[in-house]
Amino acid sequence: MDFFRGRRIKMKSARYYREKYLRNLPTKFCPGCGNGTVLNCFVRAIDDLKIDLDKLLCVSGIGCSAWIPSPFINSDTLHVTHGRAIAFATGAKLANNKLEVVVFTGDGDGAGIGGNHLIHAARRNINLTVILINNLIYAMTGGQVAPTTPANMRTSTTPYGNPEYMFDLCKLVSAAGATYVARTTTLHPLEIISFVKEAIRNRGFSFVEVISQCPTEFGRKNKLDLKQTINYIREITTRKEEEGKLRLGIIHKGERKEFTERIKETGGAAVAES
Amino acid sequence: MRDYVLFSGNEACAEAAIYAGCRFFAGYPITPASEIAEHLAKRLPEVNGVYVQMEDEIASMAAVIGASWAGVKSMTATSGPGFSLMQENISYAYMTETPCVVVDVQRSGPSTGQATMPSQQDVYQARYGAHGDYESIVLCPWSVQETFYLTVRAFNLSEKFRVPVILLSDEVIGHMRENFLLPSEGEVEVIDRIKPERDLHFEPFGAKDPSMVPPMPSFGEGYRLLVTGSAHRENGVRDYTPSVHQKLLERITKKILNRKEEIVEIETRYVDDAKTILVCYGSVARPALGAVELARKHGLKVGMIRLKTLWPFPDDEIAGTCEEVEKIYVPEMNMGKIVREVKRCVGNVEVTSIPKVGGVIHGVKEIYQWISSGGEG
Repeated sequence: MDFFRGRRIKMKSARYYREKYLRNLPTKFCPGCGNGTVLNCFVRAIDDLKIDLDKLLCVSGIGCSAWIPSPFINSDTLHVTHGRAIAFATGAKLANNKLEVVVFTGDGDGAGIGGNHLIHAARRNINLTVILINNLIYAMTGGQVAPTTPANMRTSTTPYGNPEYMFDLCKLVSAAGATYVARTTTLHPLEIISFVKEAIRNRGFSFVEVISQCPTEFGRKNKLDLKQTINYIREITTRKEEEGKLRLGIIHKGERKEFTERIKETGGAAVAES
Repeated sequence: MRDYVLFSGNEACAEAAIYAGCRFFAGYPITPASEIAEHLAKRLPEVNGVYVQMEDEIASMAAVIGASWAGVKSMTATSGPGFSLMQENISYAYMTETPCVVVDVQRSGPSTGQATMPSQQDVYQARYGAHGDYESIVLCPWSVQETFYLTVRAFNLSEKFRVPVILLSDEVIGHMRENFLLPSEGEVEVIDRIKPERDLHFEPFGAKDPSMVPPMPSFGEGYRLLVTGSAHRENGVRDYTPSVHQKLLERITKKILNRKEEIVEIETRYVDDAKTILVCYGSVARPALGAVELARKHGLKVGMIRLKTLWPFPDDEIAGTCEEVEKIYVPEMNMGKIVREVKRCVGNVEVTSIPKVGGVIHGVKEIYQWISSGGEG
């Protein structure tokens, strides 16, 4: 926990965050799941930014990650079809530019079935924040291989080991034209808070990837317990440029005009702001 | 005095969307529907609306639903292959009771088929294309002017019933140019979204309203909405309890079926003394009317029923009109689809299909040949 060393953490009571930001419902995440950490950090980030819950829209697709906002976060939530959260969010944002729109997606949802929407939303540089929780596997459907599963790892559909290579999503999204791209893990909650805050503040397409442990599916299929699953995340991530590993930190910051500004600039309508 | 202009069906459709208050269009290019997107790309900015070309039809349908929940009347337009890609999200719109309009300018399939040529092969896709159990509203114009009226009506019905409404045009109607008169403001009824009274405990999927259509709030108004494609309670909370799902599906189907008479529209010509009737819809109703008039000149007692509403299917209207009829023909630009529905409605009357594929519409004499020969074409 190097990140905590020497840092002072400003904390309000858990009850404050729970009552202000969450609906009074039990979460359904497995023991040891990283989704709770992401939910916790997100709520602290929007509290720090003083986001008006009445103007916050959380959009999510299908998969474990989609259940982080829906139905727990006490804002407007739109829980949609598999892979399409960013496309729904694009429509909502263009129809009401005053909404603060945050998409929660997973590696299967956002990079597998929904990869095309991710690329094009980044290219447009539309002012959305996408938080992609990468647990290296399709977990909700029972542990099948994902585009992000590291080579040789076992899943229910790669019983002999994964012959494919894992996807570096931050490189993809940076190349596509996003203006804020960062990656961290559930082992670095303060970094999640800080990246989410910067992502929401950035006027443009922002992408925060959080590598997260899934002991139930990824761990079990690879004979790793919770601690070993977390250590495995340490093994595949790096703070330097290292071949075959996922780099943590702020990956890319870009200077491009945001999509609705470009619409106005090219003579299109002032985007509706109701 | 206002002037007629020479307009295509696709242009009339786009102008009707503006007239009905549509201020968001998301789409993807496809022949023969692209002119709707092109026209709206130019026109929407003039009325403070938003046009966006998405990366595919899946994203287009998604963006339309997102925009509708953000409070804006929204539409997309496509043709067969793109319509297939939209179906998953159209199902989502049925489940979440999202008003929006989807235009399918039909072309000849299956698959890429004859991309530039007309058909009526999507009539079942428009009704049953999306997965799951739902009732749909599908409207079918036969002229440029009527494309305008039925597009406005599609928006009205979608707002009134909180459903996606399908406008089923075809390549003939979409690309045909005719005299067109743009109605002035107020001339055609426009129904706007029914919003809830300011009550934060309001249930957006509730059944308290006797119409079974709950008023619809928007994102950003403080309702903290839960909108999900999963089975949900009246407040939107996901719930897989059998009784919750049953109640939801009963409501989203009955809200349409119980008020079928407010939706269904047919037009009849020469039916009073008719012994033979043509049941037709869309562009094929044009040569069909020609054939009816030709038959009348030859002393044959032929009439026609034109279906302006394809779904909910006008069972009672067809049965009522065909009580004294001896023979029914159903000309359509497919291998014979709606003919099955007509057979279901009319009991013992002999019903003959006049199919037509190959990407061409029936000729007047071709249909007349079927009628005058007694059914052998």
